[in-house]
Amino acid sequence: MTNPENLKYTKEHEWVLIEGDVATVGITRYAADALGEIVYVDLPKVGSNTSYMKICGEIESTKSVGELYAPMDGEVVEANTSLSGAPETINEDPYGAGWLVKIRYSSLPDLLSAADYNALTGE
Amino acid sequence: MQTTTLFEKHQSLGATFTDFGGWNMPVRYGSDLDEHHAVRNSAGLFDISHMAEITILGDAGQFLDYAVVSKVSALADGRAKYTMICNADGGVIDDLIVYRIAAQDYLVIANASNRHAVVKALRERSIGFDVEIQDISDDYSLLAFQGPKSAEILQSLITPDYKGEKYDLSNLKYYAIAPAQVGGVAALIARTGYTGEDGFELLVSNSDAEKVWDLIASKGVTPCGLAARDTLRLEAGMPLYGHELESDLTPFEAGLEKIISFEKQFVGSESLEKRVGQTPSRKLYALKGEGRRAARADYEIFLPGGESPIGKVTSGVLSPTLGYPIAMAYLSGDLDLPVGSKLAADVRGTKVEYEVVAMPFYKRGR
Repeated sequence: MTNPENLKYTKEHEWVLIEGDVATVGITRYAADALGEIVYVDLPKVGSNTSYMKICGEIESTKSVGELYAPMDGEVVEANTSLSGAPETINEDPYGAGWLVKIRYSSLPDLLSAADYNALTGE
Repeated sequence: MQTTTLFEKHQSLGATFTDFGGWNMPVRYGSDLDEHHAVRNSAGLFDISHMAEITILGDAGQFLDYAVVSKVSALADGRAKYTMICNADGGVIDDLIVYRIAAQDYLVIANASNRHAVVKALRERSIGFDVEIQDISDDYSLLAFQGPKSAEILQSLITPDYKGEKYDLSNLKYYAIAPAQVGGVAALIARTGYTGEDGFELLVSNSDAEKVWDLIASKGVTPCGLAARDTLRLEAGMPLYGHELESDLTPFEAGLEKIISFEKQFVGSESLEKRVGQTPSRKLYALKGEGRRAARADYEIFLPGGESPIGKVTSGVLSPTLGYPIAMAYLSGDLDLPVGSKLAADVRGTKVEYEVVAMPFYKRGR
């Protein structure tokens, strides 16, 4: 499993794609595999504010519950509503169709590079 | 951590592992939901060799009548019973399946985590009985082959015995056990399981385990991990020790008092007999939830609008077969909550509507 080089990562096993002032956020394959097959996703509402490292959503598998930590301060501009009917998309394509939210960020914290994140997960 | 004989097989199949009662066991091979559905719709194969096997030779029926809560001496040869071994206070040490292989030969299957407690209790209770207790867990492997297609597939793998006869599985009733040859390997085949489907449990010596696993797997059977095993047993309303059963609970709280026989004296019988007709402090309920957010173990349950909890969930999951959340919960024994009673579960700060339903949640069609 390879973590795309063009993405940034958090210690909470999220990936971030920065495009202009909007960041797309998802969870890494490592996180998706650790959770098992995802059966329910609770995402923040469009227009809600996110605060760095505050819980803004939940991802549930049959066996466990994972919390989604906001990787930055900002405002949610889009949530991946297609996941409510097909949450397993996160397992199937965590870096693509399984994205979670888009945040218009007001500030960016330090994020990990793919190499740093690989080191964190022991790859 | 301990591993089963088939550990490397599971590794080669890409399993994810988890610690279960001190055993490093496969939790899933791929998707636990696919594994669950395979058992409901076709067939699945589980390695459950972590479970303990104990043989009792000699006056086994008479001894076990004293050691466990059911009258297992009344079993016919080749039949099995779900029962419990309790302490003197009536608390559950473990739930067991006891098989009568023959009058002088019984087999007890216990949970992995309770192996030593069960063996110790059996040995202590055997004083004065002419029995020999052997913990054979380290020498034998146990495979669970479960699902509507399991009988047909297993029959195709049965080979002739020393008399040249192939065992006919249609003669093996639910909760029965018989010796048979599977691919030339001697196995004890029981029609028991923990999934709510038709299925079998195969006891084979460790040296034969891989051969039997490969034979069954070669028929396109899905290998299944403990995640699917847990969702399957929960849908079938089967208790799991450590969740629905504990040493500070008796069979009455779990609603399983019908397995007790008071015709005989056994360890715990005095304490348990006093509870007949009394309201237990807690009672086990089956609950069904709204939406897709499952109340999980230890989440609190409330009456609608209630401020203080009336009990806790012991096991809960979004049911893969039914598509809604299901849970088992111990609720205050003073409340009489009929099927249909509305309740609420606190799911991480949000109240989710639940209602009392009949156990089990899922029953297979016949």
